[in-house]
Formats: sequence, structure tokens, C-alpha cells
Amino acid sequence: MIAFHVNGEAVRVDVDPEMPLLWCLRDHLQLTGTKYGCGEAYCGACVIHLDGEAVRACVTPVAKASGRQVTTIEGLSEHGDHPVQRAWREENVPQCGYCQSGQIMSAAALLAEVPAPTDDQIDQSMAGNVCRCGTYDRIRKAIHRASQEQG
Amino acid sequence: MPSARHPSPRRRPGLLGRFSKDLLALIVPAAAVVAGVGLLGCAPNGAKHLDSGEPLQPPSAFAAVADDAERSQAMFAEAARVLLHPRCVNCHPSDDSPRQLDSSRMHVPRVTRGTKGDGAAGLRCASCHQSENLSFTRVPGAPHWQLAPIEMAWFGKTPREVCEQLKDPARNGGRDADALVEHMRTDPLVAWGWDPGADRAPVPGDQNTFADLIRAWLDTGAVCPPDTTTPGAAS
Repeated sequence: MIAFHVNGEAVRVDVDPEMPLLWCLRDHLQLTGTKYGCGEAYCGACVIHLDGEAVRACVTPVAKASGRQVTTIEGLSEHGDHPVQRAWREENVPQCGYCQSGQIMSAAALLAEVPAPTDDQIDQSMAGNVCRCGTYDRIRKAIHRASQEQG
Repeated sequence: MPSARHPSPRRRPGLLGRFSKDLLALIVPAAAVVAGVGLLGCAPNGAKHLDSGEPLQPPSAFAAVADDAERSQAMFAEAARVLLHPRCVNCHPSDDSPRQLDSSRMHVPRVTRGTKGDGAAGLRCASCHQSENLSFTRVPGAPHWQLAPIEMAWFGKTPREVCEQLKDPARNGGRDADALVEHMRTDPLVAWGWDPGADRAPVPGDQNTFADLIRAWLDTGAVCPPDTTTPGAAS
């Protein structure tokens, strides 16, 4: 049995400790906002926060979450009003939307550490999040907007 | 690819419908692969060192070389088979991005060293790399997985250049001779080179033989090989 917190709630799961955390979140805890893209850490669709740090859930064994705080897109804010989420709406960032939960979680982790990132810092931090619709310009713009809004 | 042990998580029908989501699951990794292929041509000339695969020769194998300086040079050239192997130089880059695979291609995704060598904010090395190799994915891991400091860049260097760096505390992490040997013998990230997981080629020999070579090189005057020496060429 592996115990940890997801979006502030204590959970206990009886799964293989080597199961990817993404599998556990989606199939056992029904948190399907985090997406499965490549399963090999290339695309960033599965980015979540583990104790506040962005990690790729597809290559994180669930045992690594033991005793720690997991935050998924569902728990980034109570009402979907995290500054990054607001900026995403205001800039109409998503197109198909599949990669966007991972994009938002990476952006939130960046802004938590670098409140006013430069374009270069944004590009470096978001380099691991692939968007097949090519929304990169709007993503960068939205991160700047979120940065300004969160002060 | 997801393993049979942990099949891919179920995708539940949503706004896009099951077909569209399955299609996207194919397209997203395909885009990542295309991005990776696009980067291949960007790799500067550098590592591309493929080892002979012969056993790493211990210091005793060089006993017949009577001259201390020549023996020192020869032992360093042998140790350079480890130092300049892709498993080592891929994370000792001369720029801000690691390389990967035996071909030392640019790392995919295109990560950068950040301010501390452990990645950019929101994209740390530890975002993907755990403290050990994983059974269900090719992603390698070891304790304190990170890039070597830029002053310790070895990628694209010759054995002589790396030799001079190792003797310079300003470019070897501030280590004296004993600390250098200790690092080579016991550091878990160094040790990963012999147990790289997946289908990656390990560095030759074993960690103790490698550390013994460094010790013996230091004890014989730490003489660096000529500019033209290639890894292992003096053995």
C-alpha cells in the first residue's frame, strides 16, 4: 500500500510500486486531466507537480510519490483560476487541447520559481512540452500575462 | 512504448471522442520524434568515441613500460577510454545541453543546464531522471543526475586536454589527487557508467580498475599524453 496526497487529499493505493504514477492517477484515482502522450518523457503531456516540482508522471514510479504531495491539473486551483489558467483562457491558448494540462503545469512550476521569466527562460523551461498544434507563441504570451497578473 | 506489465492508461471518451484521442496519442509522440530528428543535424563534432570493447587494462599491464613518464601517459590514455566514452561526455558538454545515446546526439527534449547544472526551472533533470534506472522505460537514472559544471566540459576534447583539466583544481571541482581518485572510485553517478541500463553501451572495465588507473597515473607524475593520443591508443 502506497500513501500520498493528491490535490490535498490523502490517498492509499494498492498497486505495483513500479507502476508509472500516470497510470495510477488515471486508472486508479480517475484523475484523467493528466494526459498520456508518449510514455517516454519526450512530450510533456503528463507533467504534474511532486512537492511543487514539475515531473513527468509517465516515467515516475508511483513509489516515488510515497509520503509526498502530488498536484495534478485538477488541483492546481480550486476553481480553475490559477493565474496561468486565467491567462490561458484570456489568450485562447489551446487548439486541440491535448497537451495543455502538461503545458499549464510546467508553466506554473516555472512561475513559482521565476516570477518574471524572460523569453529565453520560458523557452528553456517549456522545451520539454510538445504541442502538435504549434501554440507555442500563445503559450509564451500567456506565461508573460500570468507573470504580470500574479505580480 | 508502454510495457506489457503496465499497459497504457485507459483513455476515456470526452469531447474529442475516443477515435480522436487515440489519434492524438499517436500524433503527440510522433511530433516529439520529428522534433528529435530535426535536432540530430545540430550536434557539433565532438564525442563520437566508440570504445574497442576490449577489457580495461589495469596499471599492472603497463609495468613493462620502464620510463615513469611514458607509463603515466599510457595509463592515462587507457583511462581516457572511460573519460571520453559517450556515457561520460554526454553529460560533460561544452555548451548548455547534454547529449544522449552512443551517437551523442542532442538530448531530446532539448533541455538546458540551468543555473546549477540540474536543469531549468520547471524542467529539471529530475523531472524525468530518477535515482536509478527504471525497469519500464529507457530513461536512465542515478543519484544527483545532472550536468558537470561547464569548467569540467570534456565533450569534444582530446585525452591530453582532459588530462590537463583533471590536474587543475579550477577545472576538476576543486579536488586534490586523493579526492580525484575517491570521486572516480565511489561516486554513484560515475558508477552509473558501468550500469547504464537499457541498450546503452557501458564504459569499459570496472570502476575500481578505472580508479586504479587514475591513482597510478597520479603516482607516476600525472604526465599528460601527446596531443595526438586517442583514447586507449597507448595501451
